[in-house]
Amino acid sequence: MNLTIRTIGAPLDRIDGPKKVTGTATYAFEYPVEGATYAFPVQSTIAKGRIVSIDASAARALPGVVTVLSHENAPRLAALDNAELAVFQSDAIAYHGQFVAVVVAETLEIARQAAGLVMIRYEEQPHDVELRADRADLYKPEKVNPSYETDTFSGDVEAALAHAAVTLDHTYTTPAYHNNPLEPHATVATWSDDGVTLYDANQGAHRICDDVAQAFRLPSERVRVISPYVGGGFGSKAFTHPHVILTVMAAQAAGRPVKLALTRQQMFAVVGYRTPTIQRMRLGADSNGQLTAIAHDVVEQTSTIREFAEQTAVATRMMYAAPNRRTTHRLARLDVPLPTIMRAPGECPGLFALESAMDEMAIACGLDPIELRVRNEPEIDPDSGHPFSSRGLVACLREGAQRFGWQQRDPRPGMRSDGRWLTGTGVAASTYPARRRPSTALVRVDREGRYSVLIDASDIGTGAWTVLTQIAADALEAPLERVHIEIGDSALPRAQIAGGSMGTTSWGSAIVDAARKLRARLHDEYDGVIPAGGLEATGEGGENPEAQRFAMHSYGAQFAEARVNIDTGEVRVPRLLGVFAAGRIMNAKTARSQFLGGMTMGLSMALHEQSVMDPRFGDYVNHDFAEYHIATNADVGTIDVTWIDEDDPHLNPMGAKGIGELGITGTAAAIANAVYHATGIRIRDLPITLDKLLS
Amino acid sequence: MNPFRYERASDASSAIALVAQAPNGVFLAGGTNLVDHMKLGVRQPDLLIDITHLPYDRVEPLPDGGVRIGAMVRNSDLAADRTIRTRYPLLAQALLAGASGQLRNLATTGGNLLQRTRCVYFQDISKPCNKRVPGSGCPAREGYHRNLAILGASEACIATHPSDMAVAMVALDAIVHVLGPNGERTIPLVNFHRLPGDEPQRDTVLEHGELITALDLPPLAFATRSHYRKVRDRASYAFALVSVAAAIETSATCALPWAASRMYRGERQKPSTRCVEHRRRRRRSAGLPMQNSPTHGHCATTRSRFHSRATSSCARCSTS
Repeated sequence: MNLTIRTIGAPLDRIDGPKKVTGTATYAFEYPVEGATYAFPVQSTIAKGRIVSIDASAARALPGVVTVLSHENAPRLAALDNAELAVFQSDAIAYHGQFVAVVVAETLEIARQAAGLVMIRYEEQPHDVELRADRADLYKPEKVNPSYETDTFSGDVEAALAHAAVTLDHTYTTPAYHNNPLEPHATVATWSDDGVTLYDANQGAHRICDDVAQAFRLPSERVRVISPYVGGGFGSKAFTHPHVILTVMAAQAAGRPVKLALTRQQMFAVVGYRTPTIQRMRLGADSNGQLTAIAHDVVEQTSTIREFAEQTAVATRMMYAAPNRRTTHRLARLDVPLPTIMRAPGECPGLFALESAMDEMAIACGLDPIELRVRNEPEIDPDSGHPFSSRGLVACLREGAQRFGWQQRDPRPGMRSDGRWLTGTGVAASTYPARRRPSTALVRVDREGRYSVLIDASDIGTGAWTVLTQIAADALEAPLERVHIEIGDSALPRAQIAGGSMGTTSWGSAIVDAARKLRARLHDEYDGVIPAGGLEATGEGGENPEAQRFAMHSYGAQFAEARVNIDTGEVRVPRLLGVFAAGRIMNAKTARSQFLGGMTMGLSMALHEQSVMDPRFGDYVNHDFAEYHIATNADVGTIDVTWIDEDDPHLNPMGAKGIGELGITGTAAAIANAVYHATGIRIRDLPITLDKLLS
Repeated sequence: MNPFRYERASDASSAIALVAQAPNGVFLAGGTNLVDHMKLGVRQPDLLIDITHLPYDRVEPLPDGGVRIGAMVRNSDLAADRTIRTRYPLLAQALLAGASGQLRNLATTGGNLLQRTRCVYFQDISKPCNKRVPGSGCPAREGYHRNLAILGASEACIATHPSDMAVAMVALDAIVHVLGPNGERTIPLVNFHRLPGDEPQRDTVLEHGELITALDLPPLAFATRSHYRKVRDRASYAFALVSVAAAIETSATCALPWAASRMYRGERQKPSTRCVEHRRRRRRSAGLPMQNSPTHGHCATTRSRFHSRATSSCARCSTS
């Protein structure tokens, strides 16, 4: 199933770029809807308990208010798989910020004012929001996201550690992070006799469609979700969140279309976030730096209303060889908002711990950290026992060492300064699984030879519009300008969400299949002459059967230079290098942007980001962009992105691995390792803020 | 956001009269802080008097060689002003260290002085806050207070004033010109902001209806050799953990702000050069380059730790 590569790989400009730059790409909230009303939700100010009474009389009395909904008068929804979506179905409060009422009004300003007039009395119960590794009530989930084994064991870790020449036992912690896409979550809902239509900001229209259909007891063909342009998601728009159900319900009750856009502050409670993690890493090695034991024990949180178990230790199962291995995940079920996926769930926090520990082990063994990794490169996947379909880690490390100037590095910490700044360098590995999921696509050709490709894919800023056009053009052997893509609509053929770095591989496989079938039909049935009415074919891309025989992952090596101010402890990262091995790159320009974005987010994680839980309120209190710090332009120095060519025939017709999440994995460890090299101070608790270097 | 009345006053005296008569009326200048607060429900004025078109938008020389800065001069314009850049470089640096380009284009000189604390509890009406609702309590004391007060805090409030510009202006001995229902008065900027005490709801000594019209900078020749240093949790677009504005001569002046709800200032008669050198000496003698400096004493995470450290440092700074 070889594909003739012609436009794939070319650094094509985004085909949606001009529309976005000129402000003519329509985002969910912007859709003009006749007779629209506006919703503003009321959120719980307690973290646990129940609502005793709701007095909405003042809100209802305000001119311009259309309706006020709460559990007292909301329509009953069908039983849902996801309890988070049971909006206004009971008086119970499970987390601070939970939606308890919504005002619908003629204008957003009236809705917001009226929301402030809704008086709610609570019966408060003591809440419990503190994640600690010594909690007695930690439990073992059945699986970790999405369906990995919770624990893995092989050999005898304790015995190996007891006999190892060099051992390491450290705990690494990461705080909660909020996804914070630039575009806030927004939904516009309009009911008609046919059902309900949504303009919605999401990472997969079909998933929203399914949940709305289930909640409102509609056949899914009576729910349409339209989402061609989405301003970022990072996982927070992958699943349906309560605001979608709330908006559909509000539109039903109001008998009018309803628009809702969450405020930034509201987004800190109701659209997911990354769990904080407490990760104990134990490594044992012989005197040559050959690892004999790897143990990674993770403690993290979930909510009381639904379980989400981040797969934090999963990457540790296959990164390095060692005969004795153990990974575990334990959860605390807390009175907190539901955590969910955020860019590279699992690998991102997990590699901070593993790759920091590898740096510490290299120092303990007196080895260069690259050499330690090379010595522990596994021949086969230690987890599954399968061979790797391709594994570019060592190649990335070597290429990066060359490009970064690693060879001249003096390993001693705290030895270099430039004025009042101590300087150092660090390295860490990146990885992410290469997967794909079932998707369908329809390809149509009209009489003039113009192709339309229809698939419910999502472009959340990744470049999917462009990359799928390139894939379709090559699969159809047609020039780019003859190929028109339609995505982001549940009326299009069902496809995988933009998540898990599986978009391009899943959608591309379906498009290639559809294109092949169309060409075959044209050739076999019409002698290559397009019939007057045009022609179409549907294609599918399923699970990859090769995944049963091979371990498939992308890899990378990240290098960082850190500067730490002697007087103030301020940290700067003037230089990052990422070298990646991710199969064939589909578009050199959008791929570079993906890696740049991932590494920038990794830098932000290393130095800035943290969601601060105030345990007295059960609330993430730094809930705006002034206080939840994301790296600014001034924090980002030179980022050099490159990749090595990888020809992996086992993946998919395009030879692609996902790249959306690979870039964020390992960055924080590379920076922490560089900070150690600069100062001799090992920070095992992110973010690396100046107080931690001063104290 | 609650409904409000909006008017543009034709001149300063009518603006003052309109606000003075409305107990819940406020002046609207750049609006970069006030409008945020109205959306969040932190403030609910029923009358906004737009003063952006009043004739206070110039930077002018004074007969004594000083400079008068109109209260309506935008932060961007002030930072770019040639006189400010050359004669008071610390002020231009302080302005550019604050906020973002978009905000500086709107924010005014007078408004900058009147911005409220960025304490997260103050800005969240679901939480108690003595500054917002007197008597409701101060969750910041035992809560998230990473960049709140080291100096001058009270039982009731540990808020800090967020301005960078004001820090530089205190170091320069700026004088605030105020016009009010009872006429004109001037207030040295160093006395303009109040410590919270048991009345944290009052940030400044201004009375209701008083309008800032200008700030005067004295003709400090040595201010050409000056610098503003801001330490924060990211390289841009963050409020200071601590900042220092210093001008150096044989006699000099030094402000140590961002540690409290008002600015602290070293004695002008005492050479601040000595202050800076003193810190360096202490660092060297301590052999721990990152500790014991007043510029970062309150970076630690527990209040007691940074409180004592910064207090002693400040005392040293102002008495050396």
